[in-house]
Amino acid sequence: MNEILTAIIAKYNYWSFLILLLIGLHAMISKNNLVKKVIGMSIFQSAIILFYVSIGYKKGATIPITEHGHGHANEVVHQTAAEMVAGFANPLPHVLMLTAIVVGVGTLGVALALVQKIHRVYGTIEEDEILEKIKE
Amino acid sequence: MTWDASLLWQFDFLILLMVIICAVAALTFKDLITSAVVFGAYSFLMCLLWTEMLAVDVAFTEAAVGAGVSTVFFLGTALHIKRRAKD
Repeated sequence: MNEILTAIIAKYNYWSFLILLLIGLHAMISKNNLVKKVIGMSIFQSAIILFYVSIGYKKGATIPITEHGHGHANEVVHQTAAEMVAGFANPLPHVLMLTAIVVGVGTLGVALALVQKIHRVYGTIEEDEILEKIKE
Repeated sequence: MTWDASLLWQFDFLILLMVIICAVAALTFKDLITSAVVFGAYSFLMCLLWTEMLAVDVAFTEAAVGAGVSTVFFLGTALHIKRRAKD
């Protein structure tokens, strides 16, 4: 029992990813205001980014920048490549999520532009009021 | 050059807790401008989380794009439309 509890608590990053994902999904489905739906979408996106960054994390590692990078090519390196890599966090998920953030802000801009356009046409951004005005 | 990451779990836990509180608060407030500002705080806390999870490149992109541009977009929209939300 105690081991199960420890295993659950040790993965708190993934639990909070799950909580944020569900908060975002709930807001996207059940909120009435369109701006609140867009906020929910943004929370959903950053939850997924949190998941990917958590995958790349290593305990006891440092940021993925080499110490002897530029201008030290002739220095003797005493480590093998595998030993060097073990000391850095995995940068591949970071790079993928960098793209995801930029795409996310693009989506956000388009969504908010649509919200403003809907407000200009219907005079409201509450979903139920818009549906009533469409039926008229 | 490496530091002991095991010392940082309390910090990690605190930021994750504040992130979840900010997410719920941003969706709960009925005033859209308050919502937008709390969402900016949420993005900034995410940026802190990513610095601490060794993803510095993601962190400064988030600081510029998430906490900066997104908040401006939300504020711009909130100023154009009716500020009060029903839920």
